[in-house]
Formats: sequence, C-alpha cells, structure tokens
Amino acid sequence: MTQPSLLRRITDYSSRADPYPLYAELRRTPVLHEEEGGPYVVSSYYDILGLLHDPRISSDAGNLTAPGADELSEPEATGLPPSFIRLDPPEHDRLRRIANSSFGPPHRPHRIDDMREELGRIVAELLDELGDEREIDLVDQFAYPFPVTVICRLLGVPREDEPRFRAWVDPIVTGLDPDSRNDPGAPVQRAAQEARVQLGMYLAGLAEQRAKEPRDDMLSDLMSGHGPDGAMSTMEVLSTAVLLLIAGHETTVNLITNGMLTLLRYPEHLRRLREDPGLSAAIVEELLRYEPPVQLVPSRTCITDIELRGVTIPKGSRIWLVLGAGNRDPERFTDPDRFDPDRGDIQHLGFGSGVHVCFGAPLARLETQIALTALARRLDNPRLVEDPPPYRQNAVLRGPRHLNIAIDGVLP
Amino acid sequence: MPAEQFHEWLRREGRIVVVGASLAGLRAAETLRAEGFRGSLTMIGDEPYQPYDRPPLSKAVLLGKAAPDRTDLPRRRDIDAVWRLGTAATGLDLAAQRVRLADGDEVPYDRLLIATGVRARPWPKEEEAQLDGVFVLRTRDDAVRLHRRLKAGPRRVFVIGAGFTGSEIASACRDQDIPVTVAERADAPLVGALGGVVGAVAAELHHDHGVDLRTGVMVTGLEGSPVGRVRAAHLSDGSVVETDLVVVCLGATRNTEWLTGSGLGAGPRGIACDAGCRAFDFRGIVTDDVYVAGDVARSPHPLFSYQFLSLEHWGNAVAQAEVAAHNMISASSDRIPHMWVPAFWSSQFGVNIKSVGVPSMGEQIMITQGSLTERRFVGVYGYQGRVIAAVSFDNTRWLEFYERQIETGAPFPVEYPTMDRRPEGRKAMPADFPDPSLPTHGPTVTLSGYSPADRRLVFTPSRH
Repeated sequence: MTQPSLLRRITDYSSRADPYPLYAELRRTPVLHEEEGGPYVVSSYYDILGLLHDPRISSDAGNLTAPGADELSEPEATGLPPSFIRLDPPEHDRLRRIANSSFGPPHRPHRIDDMREELGRIVAELLDELGDEREIDLVDQFAYPFPVTVICRLLGVPREDEPRFRAWVDPIVTGLDPDSRNDPGAPVQRAAQEARVQLGMYLAGLAEQRAKEPRDDMLSDLMSGHGPDGAMSTMEVLSTAVLLLIAGHETTVNLITNGMLTLLRYPEHLRRLREDPGLSAAIVEELLRYEPPVQLVPSRTCITDIELRGVTIPKGSRIWLVLGAGNRDPERFTDPDRFDPDRGDIQHLGFGSGVHVCFGAPLARLETQIALTALARRLDNPRLVEDPPPYRQNAVLRGPRHLNIAIDGVLP
Repeated sequence: MPAEQFHEWLRREGRIVVVGASLAGLRAAETLRAEGFRGSLTMIGDEPYQPYDRPPLSKAVLLGKAAPDRTDLPRRRDIDAVWRLGTAATGLDLAAQRVRLADGDEVPYDRLLIATGVRARPWPKEEEAQLDGVFVLRTRDDAVRLHRRLKAGPRRVFVIGAGFTGSEIASACRDQDIPVTVAERADAPLVGALGGVVGAVAAELHHDHGVDLRTGVMVTGLEGSPVGRVRAAHLSDGSVVETDLVVVCLGATRNTEWLTGSGLGAGPRGIACDAGCRAFDFRGIVTDDVYVAGDVARSPHPLFSYQFLSLEHWGNAVAQAEVAAHNMISASSDRIPHMWVPAFWSSQFGVNIKSVGVPSMGEQIMITQGSLTERRFVGVYGYQGRVIAAVSFDNTRWLEFYERQIETGAPFPVEYPTMDRRPEGRKAMPADFPDPSLPTHGPTVTLSGYSPADRRLVFTPSRH
C-alpha cells in the first residue's frame, strides 16, 4: 500500500490533535512540492520569516495562476470587496492604515488598553455563570462567547443585538473549514453564505446609523474617515468589519482553548500563573509559538519566479507557509517541543510577520492574558476529562471543538 | 599558565573594568555575567547617572511625553558591579594594566572594555558656544535644559545641522508649534546619511511642517546680547535669523582623548579593533586584553569590503558589546566575530525612517517599493553591482528582506518585480552623496578604512 502524501497526512483529521511529528518530517524537505499543481510548502523558521517580508510574495488571489482551493479567502458571493488581508500594497496599506487609525497608535494608542477593565468584567461574568457545575466545556461556555462579546463592544454592535450577531457568526466560522469548502452546494456553505449576506446587511444598517450619530466605537471611526488617508468607502468599511469580526474570532477562541489545554498538561505553569498573574504575558507568547491558532498561511503566491533553497518556485504558484512548523524549528528554538514560558527569546511566527502581521494581535494578547489568568485563579482544581480533546475539522485554524474540564467549583 | 587554565581563572576571579557606563557598557556587563563571569566588575562613567537610553532624548523627551530622568535602560539581569559614576577615566597604562581616573585613583584590570562612546560636537567658536541659549543634545542633562527652554516658549529655535538629531529636534519644535529655522550646509537634510535623492524628500517634510529650512548655507556666527544671551545667527548668504535658542547638531566627536599617549590605536575616528572587538595598538598590533564596543569602536566589516566602520547605532552598541564581552572571557578558538548589519531608525514629522546596511557607501539608489512623492517608499542602494543598503520611509516591515539581500550580496540594480513598484522605481539613479572629503554635520556611519588589498595608504608620521 502506498503512503498518502505528507500534505494529505497533515490535513487529514486524524493528525489534528498532534500534527507536530508530521511538521518535523516536513522540515526535512524545506521546500516541499509533492504534486503538479499542488502548493510549495515552506516549513522552516527563517525561510517563512524571509517570505513574509519578501516583496515578491503576494496575498492577492488575483496573482494566483495555479489551480486549487484557497482556504482562507472570503467567498465573493457576498459582493463585498476583498478585505486588506487579501490585498497587496499599496491598496492593502491604505485600508490597513485607515483601520489602524481607529485601533491603535498613533491615533488611538489607548483603545485596547482602555478595554482592560471591561475585558476583566466580561471574563468574570462568564465565570460567574458557570455556577456550581462540576464539568464545563471551556469552548462553549467561555472561550467562544468571550471574543464575540469583545468584538461586538469594539465594533459598536449594541448589546441587545449580540445574540443575532452570534447566530450569524457561527455558520460563517463553520464555513471557513477547508473541507466543507470543497463542496459549494453543501448545507454548511449555504448557511454560511446566507449568514454572510444577513450580517453584511445588518452591519450596513449599523454603519449608516453610526455615520449619522458617531459614538466611541470602531464603526463610527471607520465611517467618519478623518485622517490623512481619507475615508473608506462604505463597502470597504463593511468588508473590513467582517474581516475583523471573523479573523479576530475563531483565532482567539483557539488561543484561549489551546492555552488552557497546554496549562493543564503543564500544571506547574498553571500553578505559577495562579500565584503570579505577571507571568501571563510570557505564557501567552510561548503559547503563540507552541500552539499557534493559525497553523499555516495558505494564501500566498509569488509574482515572479523565486529561488528558495535551490528550488525555483514558478511565478503564480501557491505557497503555504506552515507557521506551526516554523515555530518548532530546532534551528531557531532550543528544545522546541517543550512548552517553556521562561525561554527569553520567543520571537514566534504565531501572528505572522511583515505587512500582514496580525492586525488584532494587541487585542488577542490582552484577551488571552486576562482569560488565562482568570481561569487559573478561579477554576478550583481543574482536570482534563479527555486528552486529547475532540478537535475541529479545520487544519488551518486549529483548535479543540470542545474542552471538557472537571472542576471542584468556581472560586469567587 | 596554560591558556585554558588562564580563562578558567579569569572567569572565576579575574578583574574586568568597563570604561563607559552607557548602553554598550551595560549590555557588555550583563553579557559577562550571563556567560558565567564571577570575578570583579568595575563600571566607570563620567556622567553621574546609571546607564540610560538616548534615543528618546531627541524625541519623546523634547515633546514632553517622557521625563528625561525616566529613560533608564531596562536591566536584563543583576550585574553585581562596583560603580564609579561621575568619574571620568583620564588615562590608560597598557603595560601595567591600569586605568587612571579623574579623582587620581587607579583601577587595575585583567581585561578592559572601552565603551566611551561619543559626545556632541560643540559649536567651534568657543565664545559663541558659551552664550546663554546655545545648546547641544547628547546627554540627559542636555535634554533637561533644552526641554525646559522649549517649554518656556522661545520666539524661535535655530538648529544648526539637519542630520538626524537636528531634524528630530526641528520636528519636536513644530509639534509644539514653536517656530524653527534649520540651517544645513548640504543641499538637503539627511544628505550625509541617506544621499540627495532621499534628502529631497526630507526637505519636503521640513517644508510641509512649517520649518524654515535653509540649505546650502553655513552659519558664520552667533550673535549675543550685551548680557550674554544668544539673539541672532548669521548665515553665509548674508542673512540673519533672530533667535533665542540655538541647538548645535553638528554630529559627534569620539571620546578618545583620554587615551592619548597610551599606545592604543585611538584617534578622532575612534579606536581601531579587529572583528572580534580586540583593540589595536598604534602599530596595528592587536591587544589581547583591551576590547572596544559601541560608538567609539571602528572595526572592519566583511559585508562592506572590510572597510573600518564606526557606527553610531543603538543596535550596533548592543551587538558589539555582546560580542566583546563573550570574547573577553573566551579562549581564542571560541571567539566570535562582530558582523552586525548596520541599522538605525529615526522618527520625525510623523514619519518612521529606518535603514539597513551602509547607505553612504551607495553609488546609486533605486526606489523598489512605494513612491518618493507619497513619502512612503523603500529605496535600495547599490555599490559596485551589489545591494549595499536600503532605507524605508513608513515602510519598515519590508527591511528584513533587504537586509538578507545585503547579506547575500544580491545584485544591483534590482531586476525582479516587487509589490508596489511604481514607474519611477524602474531605474537606478545616482544616490547623490556629498563629496566625502568635505566635512558635514556627521553621518552616523563613518567609513574610515580600506580593503586589505588596497595599497594607497601613505604613512605620514606625526611631527611632535
């Protein structure tokens, strides 16, 4: 019997719980090209870092000439223009700058930090709601509702609309699963499509309202269009809002869930975090290296032939950057398969790098630091009910579908 | 004692003296301890402060966004040192292995690290430099005084020299709505460091932010009031600018005078050392117990034709200090070379400027991404058919790629297409650096050496 290709083994669901041995195999062929029309897979740290900064590498699907599904692209059917994650400079730069002027320095240096207290409150409420349960599903009861609530606050979605909002987000996120994407007629895809259209219409109404009566939220800022780069068109605002919503979402759920899973597997660090919340920053950075929520970036191509490690990648080829493999490259990190928040030098690829470096990184960091610190402090004697837990199908946005934890209670 | 035993002894109970208690000195001390040095460590500094960070002094501090006394350098670890702060080193006895101090004390060493850095070059006319209202900006004390005067609301600030420091000061003034005139001998700001093509963009930045920029002129004199306060500056084009605050930004002078007569290869261009940071004596013979790091060092760099480079760059101070510290306590077979790729950044008029490599070696420049007119671009410098440097305006995230191009000696002009390449970027043009034999306000990189293959040096012994 012939062995299935390495790439197929990696995307196969059976390896979801622990893809890392396969990544080690992958790194032995630094530029892997298994079949005609298949992607060029890059897996070592320095190569990935180099390509993330390489101006010959494009994120625009329009430059892709090779066939094949593109796992992270947004379906065109919603009629929204591509968001900046799928654009190259200079268009990318313009949209990202405008979005950033509402999100971070220099125009809004305190927006994220000012949310610290509110994030703490949301986390506390979710934990209070656990009541006296003895077994919880961390995903459904905590890690999932938390980022949704946060992004609603940030964008300016009114509290009373949150349930509707969640009902749309859910099918869209499910629809991002590459496996279900192969079948556009599938119910999952139809539901995602439907939800997208409704979400777009809802956001359009909200954006219009904010244009008339601005408040202190990102939608108002995006619609107001002050600043040196002028305004986004309404359609650009909507695609940006959908991007922030979706990209800042599944990823944070997985980061928090992977985080708790890892801490339960390394209880000494859970104990340390309980005793010293100051460790949360180092723990989250090491998590982003050790179990990054985005395992690979499949949506890059090159605008000219480029040579890498003696392999010529032809213009227009698909390139996969396997961040999860680069993060455990022994050429870069000593003892890479050990979770060690004390390693001084954690320059991980968890947020990517270069001009497309994760836009929401400051928020994701803060959310996860606050969430893990609270979980460590308030969950009384937490134990994993099953290890490994059941994973989501998705190989790109990887994380447990459920994380059942037995507890003796929730401490005040 | 055999070499191996010697290094063991040195690590255990040797005496290491670091002259210069700033960035390079501190990072070296931390590296020594991190690598297991357990002997005695003495830190000598002429300023009375613990090591502090300088880049904020011309930026956040002048804007009032950071207190000048709150820029202490973060510590990586405890270094358990004897601090001799506020005490300048005044001499070195190489044979006796002793450093002489201003207070008459002498400190013996087994290994010495010199990291005395540079100081601001003062206004050359001494009497005018003494006028009240004439400043330089290098130290924390300078920043405190200047900040105080800026807060008092001067009628106009006059900046001499439009290098990085001068431009940053002008930017900080305009940010606070203070009228400012900048006089520059070259035809544009930043010309010495980045050349005329990029300098023209910098000039637009000045103009757009309301700086009264005077280029191609020299300042011929500063005029004081009867009570000794500065009140005007005279320029070589005959014009006079009334001002009550002058900041002299004419680059830096290396702190090597204290080594005069020591026998070390030290002079106005710095202290020559090998790629492992070991200082040369004046005959070109390498020492084994004296090391150099930071702004005051000049060392040959393989990526840049083995020219001797002095780099006034924050990152270089850190990297060189780490190499020097490692080599000081390592056997010769374990030593490592200092091969840091030069890089620096600046922030002025809301623009983030960063460069890698040595732009001033460049003969030509090509705009590979973005556009000069939008003031958002990456420019690549070429030297003898290879990429030697790159500069970015508000485009920092690409520089990592160009750094690799420099390291691998990638060919120039750049043939491949890049994202965001505009028609103007399709051709290489002269980078337009001023004649290096003419003095400027001082670029942050000084090229001062020749390839070992060159034989054009003429030895002229000094006449004492």
